[in-house]
Amino acid sequence: MGRITDRFEKLKREGRQALIPYVTAGDPEPAITVPLMHAMVAAGADIIELGVPFSDPMADGPVIQRAAERALEHGTRLRDVLAMVATFRQQDRDTPVVLMGYLNPVEAMGYEAFAKAASEAGVDGVLSVDLPPEEAHDLLEALRGHGVDPIFLLAPTTDDARIEKICAVASGYLYYVSLKGVTGAGGLDVQSVADKLAQIRRHTALPVGVGFGIKDADSARAVAAVADAVVVGSALVKKIEQNAGQSDKITREITDVLARMRAAMDA
Amino acid sequence: MTVQIKQPEGALPDDNGHFGPYGGRFVAETLMVPLRELEEAYDRYLSDPDFLDELDQDLRQFVGRPSPLYLAERWTEKLGGARIYLKREDLNHTGAHKVNNTVGQALLAKRMGKTRIIAETGAGQHGVATATVAARLGLKCVVYMGAVDIARQAINVYRMRLLGAEVVSVASGSKTLKDALNEAMRDWVTNIDDTFYIIGTVAGPHPYPAMVRDFQAIIGREARAQILDQEGRLPDALVACVGGGSNAIGLFHPFLGDREVAIYGVEAAGDGLDSGRHAAPLCAGRPGVLHGNRTYLMEDDDGQIIETHSISAGLDYPGVGPEHAWLKDEGRARYVAVTDDEALAAFHELTRVEGIMPALESSHALAYAAKLAPTMDRDQIIIVNLSGRGDKDIHTVAALEGIKV
Repeated sequence: MGRITDRFEKLKREGRQALIPYVTAGDPEPAITVPLMHAMVAAGADIIELGVPFSDPMADGPVIQRAAERALEHGTRLRDVLAMVATFRQQDRDTPVVLMGYLNPVEAMGYEAFAKAASEAGVDGVLSVDLPPEEAHDLLEALRGHGVDPIFLLAPTTDDARIEKICAVASGYLYYVSLKGVTGAGGLDVQSVADKLAQIRRHTALPVGVGFGIKDADSARAVAAVADAVVVGSALVKKIEQNAGQSDKITREITDVLARMRAAMDA
Repeated sequence: MTVQIKQPEGALPDDNGHFGPYGGRFVAETLMVPLRELEEAYDRYLSDPDFLDELDQDLRQFVGRPSPLYLAERWTEKLGGARIYLKREDLNHTGAHKVNNTVGQALLAKRMGKTRIIAETGAGQHGVATATVAARLGLKCVVYMGAVDIARQAINVYRMRLLGAEVVSVASGSKTLKDALNEAMRDWVTNIDDTFYIIGTVAGPHPYPAMVRDFQAIIGREARAQILDQEGRLPDALVACVGGGSNAIGLFHPFLGDREVAIYGVEAAGDGLDSGRHAAPLCAGRPGVLHGNRTYLMEDDDGQIIETHSISAGLDYPGVGPEHAWLKDEGRARYVAVTDDEALAAFHELTRVEGIMPALESSHALAYAAKLAPTMDRDQIIIVNLSGRGDKDIHTVAALEGIKV
């Protein structure tokens, strides 16, 4: 069994929900990423989603677009992201790491080579935002062959037939995108999230995380009341952007946000 | 007369939008159901006589079809080889082939009950064609355009605003067509309930490559009937420029079964394929995934999309429609590239010799035809798609000659 499943089972026994921060690897410069990952774990993160920079992040809002641009300016490529995970793993053998990004860098490396390298680096899950299950067959085989969980998105527009199709191939957890839009959008409606999660759970026993629109302790607590995991991305990446060049301040502000979310979720 | 645009059973793409290994639907989950709804609506109206009659009426009365197939006699004489016919898409309303597609998609948007139209544009031709049909149908229109393209296509920007469209400057990435497409996708995913996204080329997620092709294939259907009427036989070669590839697939598609007709797609070689500064993914790129489909791309070893260069904003795109990728691999079409300088020379040549000022995009096709014709016999025939007129480019041409217009 993988680290992701282990982590969710442990949380379930404790009656807690997972806190999953997202940062883009290499933003604003490569040296900060691994120390920041450790700091986020210390502040209460259960799983880390690490963004792989891509030149054309079609599903991301301006905050994460600019994060990818900063990371690419410093030359952070997929192989560098894998090296960061390997470095992180030298000190942390338990916290699951999920790579989140777009398909083309993975295609360029080759599915089998990528799955092998990811597994060896200590990556636990891969979420390719522009890869629906209809196109995922070959990558799924490669990932499964190396014990890496394929993570899939579900959206407000996803109907029962598609939920069934996605749940049939996903493992680790599912990521429900709480609203129509791109990352960093506002307007979280917890009641509609709760309704959709009930619909999703009729199809699967996998844990369901919720992302998009979670920016502070209040929204984290509200979502944790209905979901198995809370994903926070743009609110953290904004802190990086506002404090670029000041690594200590970035780490302090991000860990502050996470610690407050953790406390609110566990209260 | 009802236009027949439905493809025969078994024609590509398959049900998931695949042309061999290319095409498909590589988008975030939120768009999967809206894309299926679009596909269902398109399939339904493609067989709906009312819809097809309305489309046919619009193409005749509003666009001005059929466009002539013109024998370029003096140019043919000068080149001393095959007879060259020009398919005059430059004579369409708004001055290019783009309107064939926007008329079709806008009618579809209306039937689907959408009230807001969005589009991406590079040179501004697709943006103008979209703003035009939106004005005519009374639909709200937002056009995304890269900040770099806004600077070099100021007249088209003003034209779109005159037509009532909002033009949004896109400052992310390379600030050109690919970034405008990213931004339009982001708008669509946010406003899918009331918004119809009119993609301007044969790329993007299924059903766009097939749908845009079917709307543009009127170019080839007309050309095929016209050449049979005017010459009593099929042409020996077809030539069209390829950026995303909509004018090219529009001309090529009705001839794909005519195996004796050679097909040439002409990409933008920019400063030359060896310079790295070009926009020729079929000639010098490799397969990957961008903008919702798998196709040939300009990318680096890490799979990051690299910046393209062409004198022509309409060809300045790092991808290409997936059906072209398939036709290349199958060997049914040959893809070649023409440099900025060669295209510019063809622009001047056609203007002086035939009194027709071609768009810089179309000038790429003309430049290749000028190389091909002398290698062929005088009784052979080439059809070149003159996809747009060159008025929009006179500032670019003048600036290169140091003239301020």
